Amino acid sequence: MPMTIAEKILARASGRRSVSPGEIVEARVDVAMINDITGPITVEALEKIGVKKVWDPSRVVIVLDHQAPPTSIEASREHIGLRRFAARNGIQNFFDVGEGVCHEVLPENGFALPGELIVGADSHTCTYGAFGCFATGIGSTDMAAVFATGKLWFRVPESMLIKVEGMLRSRVSPKDLILKIVGDVGADGATYRAIEFTGSGLSRISVGGRMTMCNMGVEMGAKAAIVPADEVTFRYLKGRAKWAYQPVYSDSDASYVDEMKCDLSKLEPQLALPHNVDKVRPVREVAGVKIDQAFLGSCTNGRLEDLVEAAKVLEGKKIAPGVRMLVAPASREVYLEALRKKVLQKLVEAGAIVGSPSCAACMGGHIGIIGPGEVCISSSNRNFRGRMGSPEAKVYLGSPATVAASALRGEITDPRDV
Amino acid sequence: MAKAWVFGDNISTDDIIAGRYLVQRNPKELAKHVMEAVDPGFAAKVRAGDVIVAGKNFGCGSSREHAPMALKGAGIAAVVAESFARIFFRNAINQGLPVLISKEARRGFKTGDGIRVDLERGEVLNTSTGRKFDAEPLPDFLMEILRAGGLLNYLKRMKGKRGLPRKKTAV
Ligand code: SF4
Repeated sequence: MPMTIAEKILARASGRRSVSPGEIVEARVDVAMINDITGPITVEALEKIGVKKVWDPSRVVIVLDHQAPPTSIEASREHIGLRRFAARNGIQNFFDVGEGVCHEVLPENGFALPGELIVGADSHTCTYGAFGCFATGIGSTDMAAVFATGKLWFRVPESMLIKVEGMLRSRVSPKDLILKIVGDVGADGATYRAIEFTGSGLSRISVGGRMTMCNMGVEMGAKAAIVPADEVTFRYLKGRAKWAYQPVYSDSDASYVDEMKCDLSKLEPQLALPHNVDKVRPVREVAGVKIDQAFLGSCTNGRLEDLVEAAKVLEGKKIAPGVRMLVAPASREVYLEALRKKVLQKLVEAGAIVGSPSCAACMGGHIGIIGPGEVCISSSNRNFRGRMGSPEAKVYLGSPATVAASALRGEITDPRDV
Repeated sequence: MAKAWVFGDNISTDDIIAGRYLVQRNPKELAKHVMEAVDPGFAAKVRAGDVIVAGKNFGCGSSREHAPMALKGAGIAAVVAESFARIFFRNAINQGLPVLISKEARRGFKTGDGIRVDLERGEVLNTSTGRKFDAEPLPDFLMEILRAGGLLNYLKRMKGKRGLPRKKTAV
């Protein structure tokens, strides 16, 4: 029976020859991740059901990233609890405060590998699909079941195909592509589905760009978003892969519930308007809106190439008076590379503030909390009311170049106009 | 009388409980801020047994299980929506919070109407207007988790026996 990449991975993980959409399977997971927000509930749940040890410590990854360093006694207490849990269980893959955002740390450390089944107690776990694996976000209690048994039930999702052709123009990025797609598909247009990206345009999109695209799959409700592994993937994984892996690919006659096409060469910079990620317009249509804060970071766009894009816009210039520009590299590796390449220097010279590798302003629980009436332009993935602070504040989502251009002018600006 | 609280489409988990409160894990504490971004007075008004009736994509966004915990902590007895975001749906069941998909219910309720939900039959009744709405009944194995009061209680009960029950019903 022909299968999609998503179906093949779930079939392999559940020990079956084949699976089809709608079936419920119990599958063995390859990697399970928790962070400092979701992890404490998992740990507490394990205690409640009396499970003393995780099923396989080498497959468990813990990242302290959302409130890192901690900003309250409560947050510190959660960190202490997770450190103890890791020590008790012999979990070596423990990434403490300062190592970065979970969805950057796992790929960098070779956990996101083609053909794998990965679960994370974080909705943006779908990011790892950029490496040709099936990765999905689950809740904390589900994660307790995984920690106890190494297994979890899944409903096999229908797959939908997104064909990407052509080449991106200057100052247009994979973020603009995924914003356009989310706008077209809608916030619930891919609910329960697995998105599969395909097409000749992908070969020119970096691993980072693919992560940006898969990251926002969940903003359409998708269960997973997958870019099949290719040379770009293998090059990145060389020297990083944690263990041997086996790439899988969709059969040419596999079936999809939906198909859409995107032409990169026609794309222009896009923006998601408050307070919904699918309220998407070209940046030029919204240009001129005054901003108070610009945030460059997060698991969507906090990688080196994102910082470089922003630095290109800002080099030798100064951001507008009255604007705070916050930069949070997605990981220590990104931070160090950006230091070595003098990218951070350019950003700081332009007036930016650089924070620790963490989720930073993305979730409104750490630095960069915005007040009533304030407007923020952000490179992150969600602009829900109240997410970054006051429910009376507004958040626009754009690419790193758009964030930088807007910080420069003090108002929403198309990066091609600076 | 249990009251219905009607909300629109795309109520996110940030709406249900904002990020800055996630250092809390106590459902009663979380409940103090439940739905604050959409209706700042909600926590004070809601009564135990009340039901949320909402539009499409309820619970979209972050995987935070604090969201169903906060709703339960506030005494919400069930959420009836046109559709649910995937992770929230699982989290709610795991927390023992009944979630029911009904395509029509939302149009048949306004906030303050009396409501009765029959999980077993998949039925939602507006006790103020007398109108009845169909909902999709939950598959047996999810009902079992709900009856146990959530996945943890269910697992405790199942300990020693093998894993989760397997059913070929779609959810
Ligand atoms: S950067 Fe934002 S979206 Fe990504 S894991 Fe952190 S809080 Fe979630």
